[in-house]
Amino acid sequence: MFRLVQNRRWYFLASAILLGLGIVAMIYSSFAFGTPVRVGIDFTGGSLLELRFEQPVALADVRAAFAEQGLDATVQTVSGDKNVIIRTKTMEVETKQAIEASLTEKLGPLTELRFDSVGPTVGQETTRSAGLAILATSVAILFFIAIAFRSVPNAFRYGVCAIAKMLHDVLFLLGFASVMGILAGWEVDSLFLTAVLTVLGFSVSDVIVVFDRIRENINRRRGEPFETIVNRSLLETLHRSLATQLNGMFVMVAIIFFGGATIRQFILAMLIGMVMGTYSSIFFGVPLLVVWEQGELGRLFRRQGKRAAA
Amino acid sequence: MHSRDIRLLILIVLVAALAIWVSIPTNPGIHISLGAARIDREIKISQGLDLQGGMQVLLEPDLPADQVVDAEAMEAARGIVENRVNGLGVVEPVVQAVGGRRVLVELPGIKDPEAAVATLKQTGLMEWVDTGSQYLDPGTKIKTDFGTSAEPTSEITATETTTPTEKVYHTVLTGRDLKTARVEFDRNGLPVIAFELNTDGGKVFAEHTAKNINRYLAIALDKVIISCPRINSSIPDGKGEITGQFTVDQAKATVLQLRYGALPVPLKVVDSRAVGPSLGQDSIQKSIRAGTIGLVIVLLFMLIYYRLLGFLADLALVICALVTLSLFKLIPVTLTLPGIAGFLVSVGMAVDANILIFERIREELRQGRTLERAIDSGFRRAWTSILDSNISTWITCGILYLFGSSFGATVVKGFAVTLALGVLVSMFTAVTVTRTLVRTAFAIGGEKLGEKRWLLSV
Repeated sequence: MFRLVQNRRWYFLASAILLGLGIVAMIYSSFAFGTPVRVGIDFTGGSLLELRFEQPVALADVRAAFAEQGLDATVQTVSGDKNVIIRTKTMEVETKQAIEASLTEKLGPLTELRFDSVGPTVGQETTRSAGLAILATSVAILFFIAIAFRSVPNAFRYGVCAIAKMLHDVLFLLGFASVMGILAGWEVDSLFLTAVLTVLGFSVSDVIVVFDRIRENINRRRGEPFETIVNRSLLETLHRSLATQLNGMFVMVAIIFFGGATIRQFILAMLIGMVMGTYSSIFFGVPLLVVWEQGELGRLFRRQGKRAAA
Repeated sequence: MHSRDIRLLILIVLVAALAIWVSIPTNPGIHISLGAARIDREIKISQGLDLQGGMQVLLEPDLPADQVVDAEAMEAARGIVENRVNGLGVVEPVVQAVGGRRVLVELPGIKDPEAAVATLKQTGLMEWVDTGSQYLDPGTKIKTDFGTSAEPTSEITATETTTPTEKVYHTVLTGRDLKTARVEFDRNGLPVIAFELNTDGGKVFAEHTAKNINRYLAIALDKVIISCPRINSSIPDGKGEITGQFTVDQAKATVLQLRYGALPVPLKVVDSRAVGPSLGQDSIQKSIRAGTIGLVIVLLFMLIYYRLLGFLADLALVICALVTLSLFKLIPVTLTLPGIAGFLVSVGMAVDANILIFERIREELRQGRTLERAIDSGFRRAWTSILDSNISTWITCGILYLFGSSFGATVVKGFAVTLALGVLVSMFTAVTVTRTLVRTAFAIGGEKLGEKRWLLSV
């Protein structure tokens, strides 16, 4: 039988590196932008303008037009160099019209595709309700886990492992968003939060499928070592995990490549989260359970310490 | 084949046929006429603002945050905004009070969002302003103490050189206290605006006019003086006239503004989102293309990976997509771009249930069970996993829906609704429909099917 769970120490190392990179990015981002992940106008308040020009334009020219009005603008291109997204602090319609007139004069005709303007109080409220949403989801999932594992010996351990795995995925996703914020100017909006919460639900339900199988195999194969049972359960559910993941990926990758630019970031975040959700069931959540059930929790760190020292 | 399966099969065919009919883009709707009773029901996708273009604004009283605005005033403001929106000639607009202090306005397909907002924001705020002994020319812009924390400036003396624009005047009454207004003509045939105040306003008016005879009580609309009459005598009955140098048309326009347009509180836009129609159309086409490509790959994957079972799951998946789409049309669910994404993701994930079941069936077959028993136990034993995984999705959707009800995140709602609905339908189709189809295939193919391992991809 393929030995999957036996190599767990390497997986923990991989997770540590992945999450570590994300944490480093978040620390860097905190200094550079003030927040661990760059946040968009949904939460901070501000204006977002998307324009389409007839000709390719230089971003510096666009920025200059905003500077004339005393606005510090972040400008980026989307889908080719004719479509431009500009972010500023909350801007009045009159100011926008003046800028558009000046842009038309300098850079030729333009079409306004989108103009979002969020007042600072609305931004604060969205931030608050986002916090509430995360809290409520976490509580609901805790209850869900408690119910799903009510009849298992050491149900508490399964629950904690599921939560640890969920946090692992969310932390990874935040780290990813932070890296993308630094490298590609990603700003987190309410759709990103949607992706995070969806991933949260998916992450837990994915590992529960494996835990279900472990529960079933414990009863069927008494006498087998726990590690072997877990390994068997992982392999038995592997097909399902991969097949489901693949199908989700097909749809999401198709949307990323062929769908509109507006939701690309949202779907990409969700895709990354889902892939991580499947990965971490096999390589983090379940191995963690084995470590705990076999009383290796303390030993794990000692050995790793030795290895690092050597 | 059990008779229960046959009944289910017939039901499935009927549901699928109905779903196909509802899903046709050119569905004519239901128009039945039974004598006096008539049913007219359009069946079409209702598109969100981000798809058909349009704008959404959130209006809030332009007053300090700690100033209390009573519910009645807010409701009146909402009604007035609704009147103005209806005047814009937009199809299916939404004007909705939210959170006690705010009005949400949705204007689908609006061509000129800026002009629309200007119309909505137009406060039409009428004030009777005490200008003391100072006469102000019509057209003068002034500041008043209404809606601001500014204290009225003390009465100016003749020696002071303060210009009217820097002074803050006291507002005696506002348009809220107005009962009616109409155009009348004075002795010289010049138009005047006759107004009548409500009881409360009339009292204040009577008191003020009694105390301030020979002083000016200017009438300002949106902080611009339109008339500056002197109080000749006290006016106890709350009826008065505004005279000024205006034409009949101007007088009529002002009356309309006073009668229907005087907002009890000034409003400001705190959140606005506008999408041009071209971006929306572009999004629809791209989404349809992306969805088709994604789903075709899923269908092919299932067919190649699970062969016969995969083919049956594909049928169930197509039914799932059609039924979900029909529900969107029938409920109706407003489709937004994230909503379409939610729908596509739910369809992509719908096969999860089938995958769970088929993997079980494969295992049971490998352990040497007969085909019939393998199928039965496959469906039975995968059920808890399917339910668990769907429950956690619903929990998330429920919370997302609540979160999406806050203004900054309205786009989230569409995603939550379509994902939840898609998952619900898929649970039914992936289990009931697939099981019935599998049993039917088994009944047709007989026990021989169990030997065709390739076909079952064991």
